[in-house]
Order: sequence, then C-alpha cells, then structure tokens
Amino acid sequence: MLELLWLVPAIPFASALLLAVLRLSRKAVAWIAVGSIAASSMVSLLVTVSYLLAPPAANSYTQVLGRWFDVGGLHPDIALYLDPLSLIMVVVVAFVSFLIHIYSTEFMIEDEGYARFFAYMNLFVASMLTLLLADNLLLLYLGWEGVGLCSYLLIGFWYRDVENGLAGRKAFIVTRVGDTALLIGLFLLFHELGTLNIQELMQQASQHWPIGSAAATTAALLLLGGAVGKSAQLPLQTWLPDAMAGPTPVSALIHAATMVTAGVYLIARTHILFSLAPQAQFAVAVVGAATLLMAGFSALTQWDLKRVLAYSTISQIGYMFLALGVGAWPAAIFHFMTHAFFKALLFLGAGIVIQSLGEEHNIFRMGGLRKQLPIAFWTFLIAGLSLAGLPLITAGAFSKDWILWGALSAAHGSVTFWAVALVGVLLTSLYTFRMIFLVFFGEAHSQVTKRAGKAMYIPCLILGLLSIVGGYVEGPFARFLDTVLPWNAGNIHAVPITEIASEVIATLVFLLGTYVAYILFLRKPAYTAMLGSSSAGGVLHRFWFSDWGMDWLNDRLFVRPLVWLAQVDKNDFVDAFYAGVAGITEITWSVLRRTETGKLRLYAAGIAAGSIVFIAVVLFL
Amino acid sequence: MTVIPMSHGLILGGVLFALGLAGLLMRRNLLFILISLEIMLNGAGVAFVAAGSRWGQPDGQIMFLFILAAAAAEVSVGLALLLRFYRLHNTLDADSTSEMRG
Amino acid sequence: MVLFVFVVMMLNLGTKAREEERQWLAGGAWIGPVILSALLLLEVIYLIARVGTYGNTGGVADPKQIGIALYGPYLVGVELSSMLLLGALVGACHLGRPAPTRKEVRG
Repeated sequence: MLELLWLVPAIPFASALLLAVLRLSRKAVAWIAVGSIAASSMVSLLVTVSYLLAPPAANSYTQVLGRWFDVGGLHPDIALYLDPLSLIMVVVVAFVSFLIHIYSTEFMIEDEGYARFFAYMNLFVASMLTLLLADNLLLLYLGWEGVGLCSYLLIGFWYRDVENGLAGRKAFIVTRVGDTALLIGLFLLFHELGTLNIQELMQQASQHWPIGSAAATTAALLLLGGAVGKSAQLPLQTWLPDAMAGPTPVSALIHAATMVTAGVYLIARTHILFSLAPQAQFAVAVVGAATLLMAGFSALTQWDLKRVLAYSTISQIGYMFLALGVGAWPAAIFHFMTHAFFKALLFLGAGIVIQSLGEEHNIFRMGGLRKQLPIAFWTFLIAGLSLAGLPLITAGAFSKDWILWGALSAAHGSVTFWAVALVGVLLTSLYTFRMIFLVFFGEAHSQVTKRAGKAMYIPCLILGLLSIVGGYVEGPFARFLDTVLPWNAGNIHAVPITEIASEVIATLVFLLGTYVAYILFLRKPAYTAMLGSSSAGGVLHRFWFSDWGMDWLNDRLFVRPLVWLAQVDKNDFVDAFYAGVAGITEITWSVLRRTETGKLRLYAAGIAAGSIVFIAVVLFL
Repeated sequence: MTVIPMSHGLILGGVLFALGLAGLLMRRNLLFILISLEIMLNGAGVAFVAAGSRWGQPDGQIMFLFILAAAAAEVSVGLALLLRFYRLHNTLDADSTSEMRG
Repeated sequence: MVLFVFVVMMLNLGTKAREEERQWLAGGAWIGPVILSALLLLEVIYLIARVGTYGNTGGVADPKQIGIALYGPYLVGVELSSMLLLGALVGACHLGRPAPTRKEVRG
C-alpha cells in the first residue's frame, strides 16, 4: 500500500489542473476540489495504516518516481520520502485541508472566482504535500516556491481591490528574501557535500563537518533565513498581518496551519545539521523567543479580528522555533499539530462571525454574539482555551507544556527561555480572552444578518473535537517520532523543578492572564480605555499596534533607498554613454559645418593651407 | 647659350605658382581669379620646360604643350561660365554667391 | 589669353567695376593669402634645395624632335587633348548662348 504514496500530492495537482482548464458549474467545482483532497486524505490514511502495521526497514520508505535532471554532478530524483515526521505532517495537512475545503464550499459560494479559488487551493495543497514528502532539498524547494506562489495568488484573490494586490506583493517579496537565503544555503550544501538528498546530506555533514564548524553554521543559518521568511518570524514577519487581506479560508489554511509551518518542518528535517552548529541552533531559539514576545504584545492592541489571530500565529510559531532551538524537536511538531487544529478552528470561527455580521472586522463593534451564534461561540471558546492552554482538557495545553518543559530542561534550554515562554503564556491568554470577551460577551454593537450553514459548522465541530482530544496522543506521538526526532533522557539536564511543577506554574499564569483580561475588558472597559489614551499608554499602544515599528523600519531601510535608486536610474544614466557618442557627433558636425561657407576663395585657401600642412608633415615627420 | 642651373628654373616655376596663388586668394573679381589660375599653370609649365632642357629631351616641352592645351580648354569654358554668371547676377563678385553653404 | 581680352570687351564693365575693385582690394585683405603663398613658396624652395645638385639646363630640343615625339610616343596624348579641346569648344558654344527668356521657358 505504500506504493500509493505518489497519489497523495498527485491527485490535488490533477484536480487543480482540471479546475483551471475546464469551465464547470459550482457544484462540479466543489465536488472535484473537495473530492480530490478527500481522496488524498484517504490515501494518506491508507499509507499510515500500512506503515503502522508493517513498518519498512530503517523506518523510512522512499518512492522514486524518476530522475529530474543530471547536470554537473547534481542529479536530484523526483522521489518521495516517508518516515514518521513526514507521515504525521502529511496526515495533519491533508486532513485539515479537507475540512477547510468543505468550509470554503459554502464560504465562497457567492464569489465569482469560485473555480479559480479552488484551483489555487488545490495547487497549494499539492505543493505543500510535495514539500513535505520531498526526498531532496531541490524538490522541497520546488514545493516551497509553489506554496509561496499560491499564497501570493490567494492573498490577492480579490484583485480588484488594489490593497489586496499590494498585500500579496508584500508577502511574496518578503518571503523571497528568505527564499534567496535558502537557495544560497542549498548552493553551499551542494558545493561542500556534493548532494542535495536530505538523508545523504545529513550523513555527509555529520561525517565531514565537526561540531561548530563554520560551514555547518553558515549553512544552518542560511536555512534558518529561509525558514524565517516562510514562517513569518523576526525579522521577516511583516507580511503575515497584511496577508489577512485574503479570504478567511486562505488565512486558515495557509497562514495558520500549513504554509507557515514549512519553516518548522525544514528545520526539523535538517535537525542533524543544526545539531552540528550550536550557534545556529541558539539563533533559532532566540528568534523564536523574541518573536513570540513581540507578536504577543502586538496582538494585544489589534482591533481587526483576523489580525489578532495573525499575530497569534506568529507568536505560536515562535514557540515552535523556540522548541527547535533548544533541542526539543518532537515538541515542536506536536505543537504544530495541535496548533493546526485550534488555529484553523479560530480562523474558521472568525470567518463565520465576520460573514454573519456582514463583513465586520472590528472587534470593538462586535459583542454579545454568545447568544446569537452559539455553535460559533462554543467552538471558538474551545479553540481559544486550547490556544491559551487550559490544562488537561485542551490539546494546546499539552503541547505548550511540553515546549515549556523543553525550554527549561532540553539540551540547550535555560531558565531564561522558560521565563520568556511563560511571559508568552500570559500574553497569549490575555489577547485570546480579550478577543473572546469583546466579540462574544458584552452588549451587541452589530446585528447578525446572515446565518452560516452546515458546511461551515461541521468542520468547526470536528476541529473543536480535535482541539480537545488531540493532546492525549502525546505519549504515542513521542514514541512514534523517536526514530527520527529523538527526545530521550540523555537530552535533559538537571533542573530545579519537576515537569509537573512547570505545568502547574504555566496553569497559574494562564489563569492570571484570563482573570486580567476579564477585569480589563469585561468588568472595567472604561479603565482600559483610559489606560490606552494616557500618554505612556498611548505611545505603547501605537508602538505595539504597528508591530514594533517593523513596517516603518523596513520602509526606511530598504524600500525608500531602492525606490530612490530606481528614480535615479529612470533616465538610464548608463545609456547616457551611448547617447553621449551621438552628442559628440552632433557637436563636431555643428563645428564643421561652419567651414562650408559656399565662398570660393575660402575653399581655395583651404586647399592651399591643407597642402602646406601635408607637405610639412611629409618633410618633417 | 648661358648655362642656368636647373634649380633656378624650378624656383622660378615655384615663384610664379606662389604669385598666382596669392592673386587667386586675394582677388574677388572672378575674371582676375581666372587670370591668376593661368599664372599658376604657366608656373608649372616653366618647371617642366626647365627639366626637359636639363636632359636635352623634348618631353618637357611636350608636357608644356599639353598643359597649354588643357589650360586653353579650361579658360574657354570658364569664361563662358563667367559670362553666364555676369548675366545672371550682374556682378563679378565671387563672394556674392554662397548658396551652397551648409 | 586673347579670350580674356574678348571677354573684357564683351562685359563692358566700366567705372562701376573699378569702384568695386578699389573697395575689395582695400584693407588687410592681402595678409592671409600672402602668408599662405609665402609658406608654400618656402616649402617648395626647401624641397628643391634639399636635393643638392641638379645639373644645368642648356640642352636644346629641336622642334623637329618635338614633332617626331608628338607623333610617336605621345600620339595618344595628342588625340586626347584634341578631344578635350573639342569638348571645351562645344561647352563654350552652349554656355555662351543667350539665356532663354521667360516666354521660351514656359512654352
């Protein structure tokens, strides 16, 4: 059954092609699009079952589909590689995509670009699956670029509004910076180690590069650069809040559950390389920690519901990066899985709320929706609790506690990282419950004009269920991943507190955050408003609202000089050289034409003078 | 016959040529320009004759004959043109017509 | 040279031309040409003097010799110059005709 692996990315590719080429009715489009993802999910489940029942040798299965090219010693194959890591990620991505596609069939029902939307979505899923299953870094890069392209297309989906196009362009350009770093990293790896096949690379690297060598650190940092771009971490995170200009299912699928985790996957896949470069791994952890704090503060000030969720995504991926950086590899993947569930659910719920209120995005104009949209409320609440980390009954708590424990006790963990992660927990519960209280509690500022149907509620219910029970598989999860991403006792160094104590502290912080949010936004909103409008509060508010000034910084540092350069070159000063040749010719002409006077005697004088000069030259030179 | 060094003859030709050139450049009257041109041709002829005399061969004088023939042809056509010019412009000023300037 | 005399007679220039000439030859009109021709003369003299000894003139060539040479090696030259004179004759005849009046041109 494992031979069916190639169908997993192939079916969505084929359906994307069909949807792009044929003109079909809405119903046909919906059936093809959802059906292809459903088929892909089924195949991935079959593959999982057969993998579990009969694990292949060395816990990995490679399916070679053909040679891509063979040039100058580089001969990547089109090959799919299945091991516990890629298996888990493929199953999660396929299944969550399936649910979001069902949701989109109703969400986008009135849009005229229905077929185009689903073609792009299917292409995206196909590229993402290719990325996850790629055997070599070049095929991974192909999938990487594919998801970047689809992200651009889908962010600017409603292209008639210029703002959406600009947001898409910004996303593409910022991730391009990361992609370039990744490409240079690939060049370096191939140049040094002679292959791009991931498994061979890891082997060669551990053989040839000592720990802490410059080559390993450079390559790892370049890969980190690529991951930072795609996963919207510091300093390339500015594109994700603006990417909320796209339709909500796009935000749910691409910018919460799947594409932004591609960076996490990349680092987890090449974690041996990162183990060889402790400084790079430390950089990963620092990036993660800094990002989770910065995004947490920014999320506290946003008034657009989707932007709160966008900053929340940036913050949670910061957690995953932190986990990777301290060496708690499986914790990062576990958090990816639970985050995919509850963040997708949060976005889908936000979509229901926004559509029900007639495209209202401002949470300060919502309120009191608890009674009017009960299912949305309960699923949103479950997801929010999972995000903030309510222990024992939500999946998010399990994964977050694992990361906290890893931040403290893993190979490169330290108390500083643990403390930063705890502050992140406080911020998370603060902004999550600010959001929930302002949207669903209090008095209603807007009226519900539209009711969502089954196709939108059922995926929410399923994801809600997964957000609750998804955490209980932590044990088997860790054991399953152990062959690829080890988490064993040898990793852990002695710490003053036990794991249970860390979890208790995290719970207390979560409760504190919830209570503070309750006070600030439900009981005494006037006090909060006063805080915000005070001078120090106002400055902080504006600073955090503008994402710590990153957009302003990017604009001053990069955009303006480039635009200035383009203006300077507008008249193509290099071309002036060639125009100058023509100019000199013109000047010479205007000088020489004065000799053509038409006067006979002057011509005769010219002949005489010329002959004198000529004879003189012949005589004396 | 007194013996004259050939270089004197050649220099005489050169002097005549230079005088003709000076006249040609100085004068504005077309008639005098043509006369100066004649002087220059005669100067060249003197040089030929002197050379022919030095070697005692008729070639120098034959060259002078040919030069003369060409000069005659040129003068006749030139004077006809000059007559036309005078009829058209009612003046013999060489500088008056500079319509072919650039 | 006779042609010049004929033309002068035909032109019948008169006092107007004399006034023009006085105007034209006045001033520093002669400095440039004199310098140019003087330079040329100097160069020619230098060229001639450079060679050293030439020999002396004094050899006479009979008209008989010239005649024989004309009908001998220089026959082609004679023919060509006769054609040249013929061309000059035709050209001068044509150019010397009275200019066509307006009526003749229009017709």
